[in-house]
Amino acid sequence: MDSFLGRYRNLSVLLLLVVGQLLLLAYQVRSSQDVPLIRVWTVAAAAPLARGLEWARTAAAGFFSDYFVLRDVRAENERLKKEIGELRLRNHLLSAELASAERAKALEQYRARIPSKTLAVRVIGAGAGPDTKTVFVDRGSSDGVQRGMAAITPEGIVGKVVAAYPMASLVQLITARNAVASVVSQKSRVHGALEGTGASLCTVDHVENKDPLEPGEWFYTSGNDRVFPRGLPVGQVTLVREGRGGKEVLVEPSALKSRIEEMLIVLDGVHGLIPPPEQAPAEGVSLLPPPPPEGAEAEVPAAPASGGALTDADRLADRYRRLTEAQGVQLGVKGRIADFTRNPAPSTDAPARKAEPPKAGKTEPPRP
Amino acid sequence: MSRFEESLAADLAARGKAAHFPAAVYVLAPLAAILFQVYVPRFLEALSYLELPLLTAIYFALMRRKPASGAFIGCVVGLAQDALSPHPLGMNGISKTLSCYFAASLSLRFDVENTLLRFLLGFFFYLFHQFFFWSLSRGLLGEQSDFPIPQTVISAFLNAVIAAALFSFLDRFRRDD
Repeated sequence: MDSFLGRYRNLSVLLLLVVGQLLLLAYQVRSSQDVPLIRVWTVAAAAPLARGLEWARTAAAGFFSDYFVLRDVRAENERLKKEIGELRLRNHLLSAELASAERAKALEQYRARIPSKTLAVRVIGAGAGPDTKTVFVDRGSSDGVQRGMAAITPEGIVGKVVAAYPMASLVQLITARNAVASVVSQKSRVHGALEGTGASLCTVDHVENKDPLEPGEWFYTSGNDRVFPRGLPVGQVTLVREGRGGKEVLVEPSALKSRIEEMLIVLDGVHGLIPPPEQAPAEGVSLLPPPPPEGAEAEVPAAPASGGALTDADRLADRYRRLTEAQGVQLGVKGRIADFTRNPAPSTDAPARKAEPPKAGKTEPPRP
Repeated sequence: MSRFEESLAADLAARGKAAHFPAAVYVLAPLAAILFQVYVPRFLEALSYLELPLLTAIYFALMRRKPASGAFIGCVVGLAQDALSPHPLGMNGISKTLSCYFAASLSLRFDVENTLLRFLLGFFFYLFHQFFFWSLSRGLLGEQSDFPIPQTVISAFLNAVIAAALFSFLDRFRRDD
């Protein structure tokens, strides 16, 4: 036996290694369980190095821009970006709530509801191997991150946590092959399963040919997958065509249009509402009631002039109206923008000037 | 391996062809390659197609000229790569084990110092690795994905170019017997 092994030493080593790994693979495939020890060791070895690299890159970039170019402006810019992101997310939740009911009622509902508990994380690396569409983030199970949690940004869903290690977690992007999310379209309420293709676009399966769907329509999470809370923006339809087993739908994920640096892990998800079709996602909170119908101007209650304004909003509206009139600019129409920093001319209108109804159908373009 | 191969290996080693490296190089070079694959594609996604861990493992297998050592290096590098990826452990491990074993076996028959041969070996072993990985995905995991031939050939060419340069760079650390 010894002579046999000695004679075929190389072949024996090869067989031993291959068979060992095949058994390892078979164990994982049959039991659907991972071998966490090897992964934990490797990630524990690689994560500090990746974090160090990221720190060095950030420090080097920050040094040059902070001290030589912009000094404090960059720090302020980062803070403002973070603040804008938080406000966008809050704005989206508010818009979904406010669109569903009267303003006061929706506000009460929103106050009563506990928002999703999230954890801000930073991307420290990409998954090994070409085309894996996974990223490592700098928070792990010691911070409460668990496998299966959703990863989102204010722009939309990013993916889900596929592995949580003590110091880092692996997030599979929604564009990864076989990544899925349950979605519903905003306008026609068509349900489907968003599936990653390994490229920049995703497909939506299980959409029948008879279902009405148009390019440009937004998809939101439906919450049926128990991963992503309902009401988060997913992306816009870029292509729809009829196929054999159903419609072929391509969606561009709104959160992955640019490189992801930070994201939020949803620790405790709360389902939201999907905004109505006329409302742009994540923006366009309408605090005013809908405009009166055409020809009903006579019945519109008179807005007070600046002298007799009832509220601050009335005074502000009157100020803007006088400014735009003085500069010959029409509000709500694309083109020249009025200079609102000037002082308006004193009001010469009668105290009971009739209010003009807002232009119908003017909404901000959809922005993820 | 047959007696002929063993005698040939011994002959080559006796002639001072087998190379050795400081222990730190065996650890740091694959680690740097894996870190490169983990970190750099974040900023340049096109570089995710560079299989530096494979090229590094192939280099050590070629230079060591010992199929058993080559297989072991390929196994360790592949498992480490698997651990940092969403794939089951062993997918890269088996592919790299076989690639490095065959690379080391070939090094007994050819002069692997030649740059053109290194380019060809890099091209061939990248294709072999990708095809074997795809076969394992289909056969063992049941993944229904096509093998992207044009894309893989282009990637193989780019990896071969990098391999020729990388091998020359790593030659600086070798200590010939």
